[in-house]
Amino acid sequence: MPEQYKSSTEIERAPVIEPGHTFGTVTEKISAIVLTRPASNGWFLGFGIAFMLAMGMLYAIGYLFLKGVGIWGVTIPIGWGFAILNFVWWIGIGHAGTLISAILLLLRQSWRNSINRFAEAMTLFAVACAGVFPAIHIGRPWLAYWLFPYPNTMRVWPQFRSPLMWDVFAVSTYATISALFWFTGLIPDLATLRDRTDKKILKLIYGMLSFGWRGSARHWHRYETMYLLLAGLATPLVLSVHTVVSFDFAVGIVPGWHTTIFPPYFVAGAIYSGFAMVLMLAIPIRKIYGLEDFITERHLENSAKVMLATGLIVGYGYGIEAFMSWYSGDRYDAFTIWNRLHGPYAPEYYALLICNILIPQVLWIRKFRTNPIALFFVSFVVLVGMWLERFIIIVVSLHRDFLTSSWGMYYPTKWDWMTYIGTIGMFLALMFLFLRVLPAISIFEMRTLLPEAEVKE
Amino acid sequence: MKRDPIYGMMAEFDSAQALVDAARKTHQAGYQKIDAYSPFPIEGLAEEIGFHHDEVPMVVLIGGIIGGLTGYLMQYWISVIDYPLNIGGKPYHSWPSFIVITFEMTILFAGISAVFGMLALNGLPMPYHPVFNVPRFSSASKDRFFLIVFSSDKKYKTDDTRKFLEALAPRSISEVPS
Repeated sequence: MPEQYKSSTEIERAPVIEPGHTFGTVTEKISAIVLTRPASNGWFLGFGIAFMLAMGMLYAIGYLFLKGVGIWGVTIPIGWGFAILNFVWWIGIGHAGTLISAILLLLRQSWRNSINRFAEAMTLFAVACAGVFPAIHIGRPWLAYWLFPYPNTMRVWPQFRSPLMWDVFAVSTYATISALFWFTGLIPDLATLRDRTDKKILKLIYGMLSFGWRGSARHWHRYETMYLLLAGLATPLVLSVHTVVSFDFAVGIVPGWHTTIFPPYFVAGAIYSGFAMVLMLAIPIRKIYGLEDFITERHLENSAKVMLATGLIVGYGYGIEAFMSWYSGDRYDAFTIWNRLHGPYAPEYYALLICNILIPQVLWIRKFRTNPIALFFVSFVVLVGMWLERFIIIVVSLHRDFLTSSWGMYYPTKWDWMTYIGTIGMFLALMFLFLRVLPAISIFEMRTLLPEAEVKE
Repeated sequence: MKRDPIYGMMAEFDSAQALVDAARKTHQAGYQKIDAYSPFPIEGLAEEIGFHHDEVPMVVLIGGIIGGLTGYLMQYWISVIDYPLNIGGKPYHSWPSFIVITFEMTILFAGISAVFGMLALNGLPMPYHPVFNVPRFSSASKDRFFLIVFSSDKKYKTDDTRKFLEALAPRSISEVPS
């Protein structure tokens, strides 16, 4: 597809792949990261720190299992603290991966081909981190399987009229489909690794994982059909997941939760934070592994644009929340906004507005969209902002409900923090491992972007 | 069953265009049992070798329908028949509440059928295959394009087929032992 070269000269945009690459160089460059490049000291340091944080999480969870949720800061009225907050934050981050791999595929945005693989890995790891929280916050975590409908001797079944049940199905379906999508995308590349490596043991492992893929035209045809259908299935799925997560709140009657703007505003926020995470990962990865030819300025700029657009939708959500609290005439709703602006958590609310609404506006300027350091900083700010958003929605809504007698404050403990930071460690540790053992960029999809892949009838 | 010691005749090409042209000519010359291998999906190549019927969409459709029915009927049976609970006076058969899980189950079953249907129809996993006996075939996952005429083809004759493939100007030709 020489189209991207054309458009690049016409409107002076960076190309999707730097010119001069062939099937061979693309293959060698990406597979070399896995097969020949030795792990650097920096990698060991990064992985070591991330792994230690992950071990901290296991320690915190172990202590939690020993003592119970009393070690956390959750109390009544704030029964949903860090656990649900971080669950929503992580699952939101995952959304960008599916958006890139599925929605952009359906929209024929070929630039996605160089970032979809690690974005999908990011989705998978983010969903794994998210999955930790609901399981451990239920008080009796050894009974977490009660969430699933299975025939049991107690002769009881789950209650399907509750959004919490819907969430179980939405998140587990999402995790399954994301894993399938990611793995099937890897099959042809695993075959490439099998054929490129000289080591017998690696040949065996990659050979088995690639299922003996041989690139037959019939296989490719079915594969392409499958991939397209899976993308078509994943698209409504990803939109449904954060919608269902928002139902957990919107179906409740707590002021600040009970609003119809939640589903679209949650989905936009999810993609917003997800793209911020994609950029925070892509910027160092392309630099360290010398992948600037494949993850070009164009990718950074496009991701920044998606961030800007979804950020504005999130801003609109905040606006509508404020407007409706006045327009509804409901005094509890009105108090919610007043409390956000003047209550004990006002600093967090202002920080949220600065992080999510104010600072990302610099992305209107092209210079900031193409400057990796500036983008990295803005993405970090957005991730903090989106975390604060969930804090505001969960903690600030709960801490002042209908009765003044049941008002309270929320103070996260060191165990809360250890678990949260631990999941970040787990996420990064998995990411570090992924970069070393699997191709971080989809090799076969990169080949299709080269002009030589064009075939005339 | 006695196996033919020769699995087929394989020609190697430099470009996707050359492979598509060669595949078309081979198919037009009357060879029925042929296959083409490429390092990435090439639009129209499967049609050139006479592959027209892709069953994957049907598998996915059936999977999705089964998933949706499973989701809805499971909820109906549990909430209405086996374990009716009065939740805030809502009807036992609160169909709007059942939509989300019905939807998720549809996607789940359809997605799983898509992946496993594709693998099954492709006959994968298959770690060993005769084409791997050709040393040059390892570039089929990098930058080379291969066309094979299977020895089971009616028109297959070692010398004639070799001559025919040579006329297509390939980079190399090799016999594939089975």
